[in-house]
Amino acid sequence: MGIFEYAPAPESRDLANLKPHYRPFVNGEFVDGSGEPLKTINPATEEVLAEVGTASVSDVDTAVKAARKAYNNVWSKMPGSERAKYLFRIARLIQERSRELAVLESLDNGKPIKESRDSDVPTAAAHFFYHAGWADKLDYAGYGPNPKPLGVAGQVIPWNFPLLMLAWKIAPALATGNTVVLKPAETTPLTALVFAEICQQAELPPGVVNILPGAGDIGAALVGHGDVNKVAFTGSTEVGKAIQRQIAGTSKKLTLELGGKAANVVFDDAPLDQAVEGIVNGIFFNQGHVCCAGSRLLVQESIAEELLEKLRYRVSTLRLGDPLDKNTDVGAINSAEQLAKIKGLVESGDAEGAQRWTSPCPVPERGFFFAPTVFSDVQQSMRIAREEIFGPVLSVLTFRTPDEAVTKANNTPYGLSAGIWTEKGSRILWMANQLRAGVVWANTFNRFDPAAPFGGYQESGFGREGGRTGLEAYLDV
Amino acid sequence: MTATTSSSAATATPSPLADATRDEASLRRFLHGLPGVDQVGVEQRAAGLGTRSIKKAAKLWAIDTAISMVDLTTLEGADTQGKVRALAAKAKRPDPERPDTPQVAAVCVYPDMVETAVEALRGTGIHVASVATGFPAGRTSREIKLADTKIAVDAGAAEIDMVIDRGAFLEGRYLEVFEEIQAIKAACGSAHLKVILETGELATYDNVRRASWLALLAGGDFIKTSTGKVSPAATLPVTHVMLQAVRDWFAQTGELRGVKPAGGIRTTKDAIKYLVAVHEVAGEQWLNPDLFRFGASSLLNDLLLQRRTQADGHYSGPDYVTVD
Repeated sequence: MGIFEYAPAPESRDLANLKPHYRPFVNGEFVDGSGEPLKTINPATEEVLAEVGTASVSDVDTAVKAARKAYNNVWSKMPGSERAKYLFRIARLIQERSRELAVLESLDNGKPIKESRDSDVPTAAAHFFYHAGWADKLDYAGYGPNPKPLGVAGQVIPWNFPLLMLAWKIAPALATGNTVVLKPAETTPLTALVFAEICQQAELPPGVVNILPGAGDIGAALVGHGDVNKVAFTGSTEVGKAIQRQIAGTSKKLTLELGGKAANVVFDDAPLDQAVEGIVNGIFFNQGHVCCAGSRLLVQESIAEELLEKLRYRVSTLRLGDPLDKNTDVGAINSAEQLAKIKGLVESGDAEGAQRWTSPCPVPERGFFFAPTVFSDVQQSMRIAREEIFGPVLSVLTFRTPDEAVTKANNTPYGLSAGIWTEKGSRILWMANQLRAGVVWANTFNRFDPAAPFGGYQESGFGREGGRTGLEAYLDV
Repeated sequence: MTATTSSSAATATPSPLADATRDEASLRRFLHGLPGVDQVGVEQRAAGLGTRSIKKAAKLWAIDTAISMVDLTTLEGADTQGKVRALAAKAKRPDPERPDTPQVAAVCVYPDMVETAVEALRGTGIHVASVATGFPAGRTSREIKLADTKIAVDAGAAEIDMVIDRGAFLEGRYLEVFEEIQAIKAACGSAHLKVILETGELATYDNVRRASWLALLAGGDFIKTSTGKVSPAATLPVTHVMLQAVRDWFAQTGELRGVKPAGGIRTTKDAIKYLVAVHEVAGEQWLNPDLFRFGASSLLNDLLLQRRTQADGHYSGPDYVTVD
């Protein structure tokens, strides 16, 4: 930027209370896991943040046993109104420690502080509040009298929203009377372990929540454990398929929330300036590390040029850099591995003939950063139109008629979300009925609420999280 | 930075848009064909941009820029020559103890006070702006509006702030509003015309966008939110919509037109939020008194106090700036 330089406004790292070592949480205690410790790094600087003890397969068994014991002896017997008190307490503690959690999340994940502070942490607290409200009302949720919990839930979550995904998984499980063993992602375990401290602070009975950092093998051991009744996974489609194969033929219940390649459909009568905002929010929020990101822009041919011009101008004003600076709009890519994957897909876009435009914003020399990128002249047959990039890269396609828009939007193996931009209400309703996507946003994008169910079609997985529908996934109904 | 404002574009509508004003029907089609404004979206964006961090050097720069953009205004029935002279003195030397303080852009008065203001500001480079056209209601005949304008221009006003006929606009008589702006623009001669949309009475963002384009088509050099006599006056989201209009106008015609929020902007913090919007919505070239103004009377003192606070490291209080 030129003459109007904003002042740097970094949040203090000290707020994160970062410790040199973190350990797994089993049966109400932090314990030494017998796995190889891993180092978690700050993706914005490539510095090691902390060493984290991991679980081995035998620790998985210990944790599941602890969860089973807590389920049998305490948690499933407790009246819903008592469980609600614990959940409310956890929700309030998340709020009390919100700055600490937000800074820690930005350090570990690379997401801008304004997003962790204004979106991730408050929404995580909201999920506990919302589900606390359900805990004593399950008899009235429409499943008949006295619906039963499933037992021990094995949960595996991704690195893009570490604390929020934890809340999405743990809050409904506890509210419905299940106990949990959760494995956070290998690159972002820290907020989950601070959440374990919160469970201690809330005096949650030992074993109700267990947290096991580790890599994919620990996830597989957890999912495959014979005494786990329910598996919930959010992550890549590839791993989701492996889990489905792994537990096929068992009585375990399963919900999968996997990848996406959402279409954001802009009609010629759309509120263009706000559509541009929605497109930016849809793909550049959280560096595009969002399973429901609006990564395919479908724009009506008659306004494509005008919209693209506005979009490029707007994207060039996005500020890339230090995630802890509150002026930062786009933070760091979570890992070197992910950065390499993004670069590979972008190269395929070049090779297949799409037009690449990259924001001229300055890019920090250290850390894993990728400047916001927009591909135009993208065709349905190109890899960048079909595969999930999971980065700040937008593919722009065009359409001529509403029918063509629907056909193209649905022409994907995925189906998690979609966006419609038009001033015509009837078209919104018509489109929403045609689009095969779990969530369809109209004239907005990336809005979440604990009361709104979220989940996918086809390779985006099955089952819903949030709302009354989300409770069902943790109940024997 | 040089900006070419369009005082010469008084009558000739740029060719890509010439058809838009051919007759009542084409004008209506054009205005109603503009992209809609989504209320939730524009308000969310305005709130989001309001959180940029402007401190230290950035803040000092923003304060001085804001001071240089102020149209120091007195529009009271009780205005006297003495009041206007006091305001002119303040405009020249906003902070007498700190001569490095920039001058304001203009002093804005009623037409009958223009002569006094011109006299008091002679040789300073500060413009005299005058609200003509039956300000603030504008509910008077075309002849009187033109005469009002002529009186102000003849007395030496370099800038005319006119109000549009909101009644005609809300009734959908767009061509009438268009022709009136054109006629006033012609009466302005070389004076710059700021067109007051009175956005508080237009009620919807769609109307704000249509009125903005109507004023730009008719040759207005600036589009201005409010008279300051109607609540709500200037708001950030409304200013966002108007900044989008001048940005889009520039993209289509290559002409630079200005924006002036007026009324209700009282604090440095608020003014800085507007500057961030100018920077990120319209673009850097609008960060210039030729293309962006604040219509304000009490804002200046808060800017001066904050300027002192930045320089001295402590807050000095309202007794350290003048009350004019």
